[in-house]
Amino acid sequence: MKDLISTKDISKDQLISILDTAESFHEINRRDIKKTPALRGKTIVNLFFENSTRTRTSFEIAAKRLSADSINFTAASSSTQKGETLLDTIKNIEAMQTDILVLRHEASGAAKLAAKHSKASVINAGDGINEHPTQALLDIFTIRRVKGGFEGLSVCIMGDIAHSRVARSDIWALRTLGVEVKLFAPPTLLPNDPNGLGCKVVSSKRDAVKSDVVIALRIQRERQGKLLIPSLREYARFFGLNRDDLKYAPKDLLLLHPGPVNRGVELTSALVDADNSLILDQVENGVSVRMAVMCMLRR
Amino acid sequence: MPLILKDGFVVQEKVRQANLIIDDGIIADISETAPTDALIADSTVIDCSGLYILPGLIDMHVHLREPGYEYKEDIQSASRAAAYGGVTTICSMANTNPPVDNSSIVSWIKNRSREIGLCDVLPYAALTKGMKGEELTEIGDILSAGACGFSDDGFPISSSEVMRRGLEYTRFFNSFIACHEEDRELFNNASMHEGKISAQCGIRSAPAEAESVMVARDIELARLTGGRVHFCHISSKHSVELIRRAKEAGLNITAEVTPNHLSLTDEICQDYDSFAKVNPPLREESDRLALLEAVKSGVIDCIASDHAPHHIDDKLKEFDCAAFGMIGLQLIIPLLTHFVEEGFIDWCEFAKITAANPAKILNLNDRGVLRKGLAADIAVIDPKSEYIFDESVNASKSYNTPFWKKKLRGRAVYTIKGGKAAAKV
Repeated sequence: MKDLISTKDISKDQLISILDTAESFHEINRRDIKKTPALRGKTIVNLFFENSTRTRTSFEIAAKRLSADSINFTAASSSTQKGETLLDTIKNIEAMQTDILVLRHEASGAAKLAAKHSKASVINAGDGINEHPTQALLDIFTIRRVKGGFEGLSVCIMGDIAHSRVARSDIWALRTLGVEVKLFAPPTLLPNDPNGLGCKVVSSKRDAVKSDVVIALRIQRERQGKLLIPSLREYARFFGLNRDDLKYAPKDLLLLHPGPVNRGVELTSALVDADNSLILDQVENGVSVRMAVMCMLRR
Repeated sequence: MPLILKDGFVVQEKVRQANLIIDDGIIADISETAPTDALIADSTVIDCSGLYILPGLIDMHVHLREPGYEYKEDIQSASRAAAYGGVTTICSMANTNPPVDNSSIVSWIKNRSREIGLCDVLPYAALTKGMKGEELTEIGDILSAGACGFSDDGFPISSSEVMRRGLEYTRFFNSFIACHEEDRELFNNASMHEGKISAQCGIRSAPAEAESVMVARDIELARLTGGRVHFCHISSKHSVELIRRAKEAGLNITAEVTPNHLSLTDEICQDYDSFAKVNPPLREESDRLALLEAVKSGVIDCIASDHAPHHIDDKLKEFDCAAFGMIGLQLIIPLLTHFVEEGFIDWCEFAKITAANPAKILNLNDRGVLRKGLAADIAVIDPKSEYIFDESVNASKSYNTPFWKKKLRGRAVYTIKGGKAAAKV
């Protein structure tokens, strides 16, 4: 594999192999000395054309623990401000003999375009409203660590499905693993034709929580515009989860959220901090999964 | 010296093998009897056996890009692309820089295209000053300079009031408005058609209704005003249905479709290749089939290429950031030849939708058919010619098309403008 652009491109065997590799890094990450020489001498560049703290930090830590040299590039301090095109930026960074480019960009398909024109490996760290494959990998890694496997599982994704890169990457990966995927959201946040995603749309919170896992997505009103949901309060009441909503859920329901959480909107604080919330496990696992991906691309 | 197109299939009301004789720029004769030896000795003879002789194509929708965007295309290169595409008359769109919104620019384009002499350019002028959608241009003055009609193509007219007044005023001059139908708010900066494919590939998308709600509005305004609307590049089945009903009700409307929308669907957007990005966007298979059916039934009157050249720098970008549009002048014949070969249309229908009907819409009674006494604007088509559409074929300055480097079948091997060879393969 040269690049990681989409979870659509990854087979079931490849997914399992990434998770197995991540498992070994997970152990290293809990040691006192968290370092392996796997990518010593490699140069990894984080090219972030959109703001990010968590994902960028996670990639940076992953690179450092693999002994690679990692450099951060943010659009605000870049030549993009001077009118340089994405492909020219990529080619310039690549000309410095860099090995892996971690790219986040506001345009869907940007990572694919970059990969097509670059000899260095490209990891998609989020392209527009399209995909965020390492988030999906860490989500399934987190699920497997608790559930042991994927056989017979059902997952409900709640929130802005239409404009979420996390949703699409999760859906492709989960479907490849044979997991049933349900969607729950107001129609304004669902794709016009959800059949394209191969998921069942449920119409009540009650049906939504009758699942093994709920992945609640962040509501970003500043990005979505004010038209798609009337208010955060209204969203919380009809589409967010609180403890009462869980009375129809199985006792061992797992709660995931890619973060950052709007407490009291997607999930109430009580649920964010509950025992069955895996939100911080996701963050921890993100480092292991990204280490695994970086190693596999350079093989 | 007379020119004899010998033994070709001449496409008129029927197709028959005949000899077409051109003298002094005019079609002098079309006859099944062989020309006399004396005439042959005195003429240039082109053996057209196996070839189809059609009226030169009239393409009602072309972006010349000159003045202002000569790095994408200019009148010379577009004229050459037209000639190699079998097109002898083009209507140029007004969204140049500066826009074509006064009589001087109309005259300048006409003069420039006459100097080049490869095809007639009939400029559309903007309906509104600066294409801002606010004040009407000097409609009468511009028509006197030779504009073919009015269009703010590329900048849909959002104000219903402006559209109403435009239709009323152009009606007085017996002209028409060509509309790019798009509700800009519903379109909402999308890059592709909203449907199953956009859900899968995560590209910002707009529903087909962004077009059809405006088609519906302008049908109502045509009814109100008695003005004439020509719908540009119709792309959705819903628009087709609205137009069908409005025509049944006797309204004064016409419509065009591009060969690209008859041939391609949104499936090709899945690779994020911006050559698939066009406005109106490529839609679903059911839309494509409805458009084909509408061409066959006459609900859609004619074919227009919407030739929209863009420099590779404007295309080799993130899908969301790339320019909309595809070139098309040299693709009309191969893409339609495919439908002839499939048996979907015959050569008489081909000639009707590419020449006779556009001539009617434009009120041109001096062209659009092959008839003795008319100027010799002719496309000689070899439907069996196979070639790769690459640098050796493409005459445009730009190559933004999903058919780039693809194998095509059918082309104009000889294009004659006013009796003179405009292009020869």
